[in-house]
Amino acid sequence: MNFAATLAVAFRALAANKLRSALTMLGIVIGVAAVIVMIAVGRGAQAQVERQIRSLGSNLLIVFSASPTFTGARAAAGATHTISEEDAHAIHRELTETIVAAAPALRGSGQVVAGNSNWSSTFWGVTPEYFEVREWRLAEGRAFDPSEINGAAKVAVLGRTVAWNLFGDESPIGQTVRIRTVPLTVVGVLATKGQNLMGQDQDDIVLMPISTARNRVLGATALAKSRSVGSINIKARDDVDIKVAEEQVRQLLRQRHRLQPGQEDDFTLRNMTEILQAREDSSRVMAMLLAAVASVSLLVGGIGIMNIMLVSVTERTREIGLRRAVGARGGDILRQFLVEATALSLIGGLVGVLLGSLGAALIGELAGWPIELSPFAALLAVSFSAGIGIFFGFYPARKAARLSPIEALRHE
Amino acid sequence: MGAPYRPLIRVERLTKEYALGETRVTALAGVSLEIAAGEFVAVMGPSGSGKSTFMNLLGCLDAPSGGAYWLDGREVSRLDDDALSNLRNRKIGFVFQHFNLLARTTALDNVALPLLYRGLPAAERRARAARRLEQVGLGGRMEHRPTQLSGGQQQRVAIARALVGDPELILADEPTGALDSKTGNEIMALLAELNRAGMTIVLVTHEHDIAAYAHRVIHFRDGRVVA
Repeated sequence: MNFAATLAVAFRALAANKLRSALTMLGIVIGVAAVIVMIAVGRGAQAQVERQIRSLGSNLLIVFSASPTFTGARAAAGATHTISEEDAHAIHRELTETIVAAAPALRGSGQVVAGNSNWSSTFWGVTPEYFEVREWRLAEGRAFDPSEINGAAKVAVLGRTVAWNLFGDESPIGQTVRIRTVPLTVVGVLATKGQNLMGQDQDDIVLMPISTARNRVLGATALAKSRSVGSINIKARDDVDIKVAEEQVRQLLRQRHRLQPGQEDDFTLRNMTEILQAREDSSRVMAMLLAAVASVSLLVGGIGIMNIMLVSVTERTREIGLRRAVGARGGDILRQFLVEATALSLIGGLVGVLLGSLGAALIGELAGWPIELSPFAALLAVSFSAGIGIFFGFYPARKAARLSPIEALRHE
Repeated sequence: MGAPYRPLIRVERLTKEYALGETRVTALAGVSLEIAAGEFVAVMGPSGSGKSTFMNLLGCLDAPSGGAYWLDGREVSRLDDDALSNLRNRKIGFVFQHFNLLARTTALDNVALPLLYRGLPAAERRARAARRLEQVGLGGRMEHRPTQLSGGQQQRVAIARALVGDPELILADEPTGALDSKTGNEIMALLAELNRAGMTIVLVTHEHDIAAYAHRVIHFRDGRVVA
């Protein structure tokens, strides 16, 4: 009996019990659809994390002033300033093998005023390296030049959100904004980055030379007196293990701060990629949990197929007997039932892929999650469901094939 | 009819025993006989006489416990399951009391069924099935399903199916048992006509007037041939 004929017989048998066939497929449909949705959501989340890692700057290390337990009480990182611009220079100077750039930054916040408009934002005193390390591109205008850093020039670069809130569609280049009464000329606008992982708007930011921030804007505070900074953003070389770079920076800073062995760091060193990857790992754990649920559903679907195939073998015992009488070999019967079971699960798998893709698209639309469909996952799910059909169809098929022709013919 | 004598079926001391719980039941206690090619033989006997067992063995649906069976000169009692399937497909056509047609399947596809297991291409299967349906007088009913046919027509479809593989032997197990006597006689007339054309037919029946169509009657009792 050739394969086309076997297939035709199988489909006729399935079509004879349409409702039953559809219900039997349902388990597989749900299992496969769950797998497809899960992978689409998982891959979407992963792609988003990757985009955010890129937007943060790859191989980014951040040093904050003060360790969390500095002076015994838990203070927020960056609350006390224990690191300085000199630390940043030293990192850049002494770790040339591993570090591309080290950008000190001084943070402040306040009202940004332009004409009648004002907007509450965060500002950062930075050096030109900051743009490189945090991978900020300019949508308009320019970044700062070294002479502006040295001269504490009254210039600023606005984030997109600030620019839009103060100037609307108008170009802010050449306009003046005031922060804590200090007038600053806008020389550039940053390209959009969007939200970070915590949902904060990264474009709600004003950048100015670090000297300007220290001497003019924050001038009234104690900070101005020293060269201390709130944080240093460090970019490691691409070919360097971020862990190695992190350790070198730590050792250098401990040495510069004259910390004894056993003494705690007076700074906090964070590896941003690691933080993001921890998030990615947790989403992977979530995906594996979903995969476990989906595989249970596929297992139950497979058992459903086995159950229905056993019922079908019993119902069609006389038919099997007749087929044996007119010359079907045991193998022909085995193949016929196996093809039927596989067709059930394979069609279930295909429908599952279709529904799963639609479901994923719907979830993406309604929940606003990033969705990424995977053709490979679809292929895998379909072949896996075919495998389930073969696996769970085998026992009923063998039972049918082993029926004695006479017993089968006499079956009532 | 003048053809040279050729034993199509030869059985010697054929026995069949079944295990029924602890005890063994002897269904066939040593049967020896010959049936020539072209013969029309009726097998009769009360139920439990072993005639059904004998027919199953003739039809290669079952293997004997002892003895030997030559079909068309070939010893078949020791063949394996696949070889027996092949033999049934090529040498034997079955006609059953309850027709055993596939429901939801057209007359044409029912008749073509044995050819499916011979691996013939679909076009040839359909052509040969159509010829046999015409031969049994159902040329106009090819696309009908069993439920759309009368009992007599269904049995004609079954006979066409038995013939489609050009077998050496037709085994008919009470072919008129589910039909009224008029239709039954029509079916018997069809079988007799096939026999006149040279087909060997072995028939199981309870009814003497049906057995009367045959040239020879073999009586079974307690697993043996009594006459």
